[in-house]
Amino acid sequence: MASQTSTPLEYSTHQNEMNILGFWLFLGAEIVLFATLFAGYFVLEGGTADGPTLAEIFVLNDVLIETFLLLTSSFTMGLALHQMRHNNLKGMLIFTVITLLLGAGFMYMEINEFIHYVHEGATLQTSAFTSAFFTLLGTHGAHVSFGIVWITMLIIQLVQRGITPVTSRKFFIASLYWHFLDVVWIFILTFVYLRGVLM
Amino acid sequence: MKLDEFFVTGDPIIFLSQIAIGLTIIGLVALISYLKKWKYLWQEWFTTVDHKKIGIMYIIAGVLMFFRGGVDGLMMRAQTSRPGLELLDGQHYDEIFTTHGVVMILFMAMPLLIGIMNVVLPLQIGARDVAFPKLNALSFWLFFGAAMLFNISFVIGGSPDAGWTNYFPLAGVEFSPDIGNNFYAIALQIAGIGTLATGINFIVTILKMRAPGMTLMKMPMFTWTSLVTSVLIVAAFPILTIALLMMTLDRMFGAHFFTVAAGGDPMLWLNLFWLWGHPEVYIVVLPAFGMYSEIIATFSRKNLFGYKTMVISIVAIAFLSMLVWVHHFYTMGNSAAVNSVFSVTTMMIAIPTGVKIFNWLFTMRKGRIQFTNAMMWSLAFIPCFTIGGVTGVMLAMAAADYQYHNTMFLVAHFHYVLIPGVVFAVFAGLYYWWPKMFGFTLNERIGKWHFWLFVIGFNMTFMPMFFVGLDGMSRRMYTYSESTGWAPYLGFSAIGSLVLAAGFAALVYNIYWSFRYASRDIGGDPWDARTLEWDTASPVQEYNFAVTPEVTELDQFWKNKKEGKNKLKKEEIKDIHMPSNSGIPIIMSVAFGIVGFFLIFEWFTLAAIFSIAIIAGLIASSFDYDDGYHIPAKKVLETERKWRGDL
Repeated sequence: MASQTSTPLEYSTHQNEMNILGFWLFLGAEIVLFATLFAGYFVLEGGTADGPTLAEIFVLNDVLIETFLLLTSSFTMGLALHQMRHNNLKGMLIFTVITLLLGAGFMYMEINEFIHYVHEGATLQTSAFTSAFFTLLGTHGAHVSFGIVWITMLIIQLVQRGITPVTSRKFFIASLYWHFLDVVWIFILTFVYLRGVLM
Repeated sequence: MKLDEFFVTGDPIIFLSQIAIGLTIIGLVALISYLKKWKYLWQEWFTTVDHKKIGIMYIIAGVLMFFRGGVDGLMMRAQTSRPGLELLDGQHYDEIFTTHGVVMILFMAMPLLIGIMNVVLPLQIGARDVAFPKLNALSFWLFFGAAMLFNISFVIGGSPDAGWTNYFPLAGVEFSPDIGNNFYAIALQIAGIGTLATGINFIVTILKMRAPGMTLMKMPMFTWTSLVTSVLIVAAFPILTIALLMMTLDRMFGAHFFTVAAGGDPMLWLNLFWLWGHPEVYIVVLPAFGMYSEIIATFSRKNLFGYKTMVISIVAIAFLSMLVWVHHFYTMGNSAAVNSVFSVTTMMIAIPTGVKIFNWLFTMRKGRIQFTNAMMWSLAFIPCFTIGGVTGVMLAMAAADYQYHNTMFLVAHFHYVLIPGVVFAVFAGLYYWWPKMFGFTLNERIGKWHFWLFVIGFNMTFMPMFFVGLDGMSRRMYTYSESTGWAPYLGFSAIGSLVLAAGFAALVYNIYWSFRYASRDIGGDPWDARTLEWDTASPVQEYNFAVTPEVTELDQFWKNKKEGKNKLKKEEIKDIHMPSNSGIPIIMSVAFGIVGFFLIFEWFTLAAIFSIAIIAGLIASSFDYDDGYHIPAKKVLETERKWRGDL
């Protein structure tokens, strides 16, 4: 397969290489950003101030569905990139749309989850724990929403221009972002929810 | 909100400022319209993506902010010049030391250093521009918008008043119900986004755009320090982003990160603030070290002594800077073991810093030293900064710190670090690189006035603070009684601050004088310097280098000069690709400013409506496929001929 022996299209120009390196550095900054949020969460998770604890209110089933949706979307994103490497625009668009639908499903589930918590009496203002919890999840959710809008814009550009060095670079960068959000979610699942069950 | 809450009223000083600001704005708009310069400003400056012009705009903004922060400082020294004075009341004094700190660190030191980096860095590595020119413009305009937003606080809505560190619970709504601290939270957030983008931009520029043959260990020292600073920016600024987000949520949306009664923890703010804040000190001081290295080598006519150890030192300093943040709050209930660990890491920073000091001294040894203004500042830096460093080690001892903590001794210490470490360097850098920006050198004689007034004034102002601090005067005291015995020291300090201000005035006069009268016939290399930026015209051509230079060793330009190989070959000149100007950065900055303003006043609906403009700007940017333009080889040839003569 030609695509595996030569330089991928998204690395074909010097400017593209720089953009991709720049985005990796941005992801480094994002790691610091989320690490800080996690640190804040760990400091404050015991500060429930007579409000509910996580174990009292969360529905494991919904969280597992969210996890399934987001992890699958990362997989379909990989398939979309695979199609791009094979210069198959149609396949690429199909998998990208599936990715976005899965992402939207994740957001739908997460918004429902938040509404559920509010009904249970846990809002941003309830306690230090809920503040840290909603901020950590909210920041991740805002990133996913931003990603959905971003990739939608890229779909328009792909339809307009096809797979070019510029559009492939943009799509590659968006895919890095999408996988990164998946990784963050795995940390949230492990260190927020599963830990919440154990505590 | 009523109008008299919106505009700050009731204080004659502020009333006069409002009138002055109003008149200045009207005057500027009228002047520009009269001179018909709007189109010129828009096309050549506001929409520019040229790193040299962006650097110049950073420097202009930084000097203006220096003036504002300096006036704050003068007001503080005037207030404490005599015991029992009531020039300012306690509240006003609180606001002034808060804005002084924020403005000087974030809106003076950062932009001046980033401005000089912008001008010099691509030139030093032989590049055409930075990696992402449009992002660079966005960074500048975000910083500028944030600075303006922060500065209007003292006439609209009220200034922040909880100190530049904004410790909770004081900074929370319970104890600071006015919107002043909202200005802090939002303006710093906007500026921080721009700074992060700058950090990423410079790292990619340095890693990917160096001239062929320039390995990492052949980079000029200023490039090295800029690289390490940029890495620190990327590692530290996201922490500030989150700390400010938490602050915003606590203050405006009723969250409880820092409210003890609801399970929150004010120490979380302290830890996050200093996890960013301590590296920030090195973010501003490392580029300054780089400038001194260039200048001392140039005016000693020697290679920089111990290049390799210099590089190792800055990396070590950067690494250690992330591990010392607790030394800002030894007295706030850490265990002895924690305090000891941070005491040791703090003192360790003195080792690589000492290595650098000795390297600079050895660079001068047996050199043929020229006492130019740039060199004078570098020479004055060494003893002044060493005083700051030694008192830093005193403060680093946790047990002894229980005596100094929160006193004027500390204030004296960090001014002795930051003024020689940053301000002297900025002055040195301005004198040194001025010809690269404007095509003439600043006047050396007026510069000497600037130098002596500023250095003497600086020592007069801050030296007495060590003594009153050891005598128990805590920082942020707005007045004191005669019986303390501090009056002579603080009176002397106030006089010193006037000398300092006179020094600043001499710089402004120097800039004015030199613009009018200085010789424009200086060639590309007025200092007989060593690094690649001097291989271009003064001021630099818009494309930087007609032909990308090739590098085989450190100080390549110096080597070429000695071997007489600085000739440009006519046939090597080709068309040069340049990025197009863009209005999107400045428009996005305006959008950010408006959204920020509404957020500060907690008018959330309006903020939400206008944030659509930010999203629209991002989308417009994404759909922008403008690939720039080419400067034809013929035109390049003409430009080069003009300053090189024959070609």
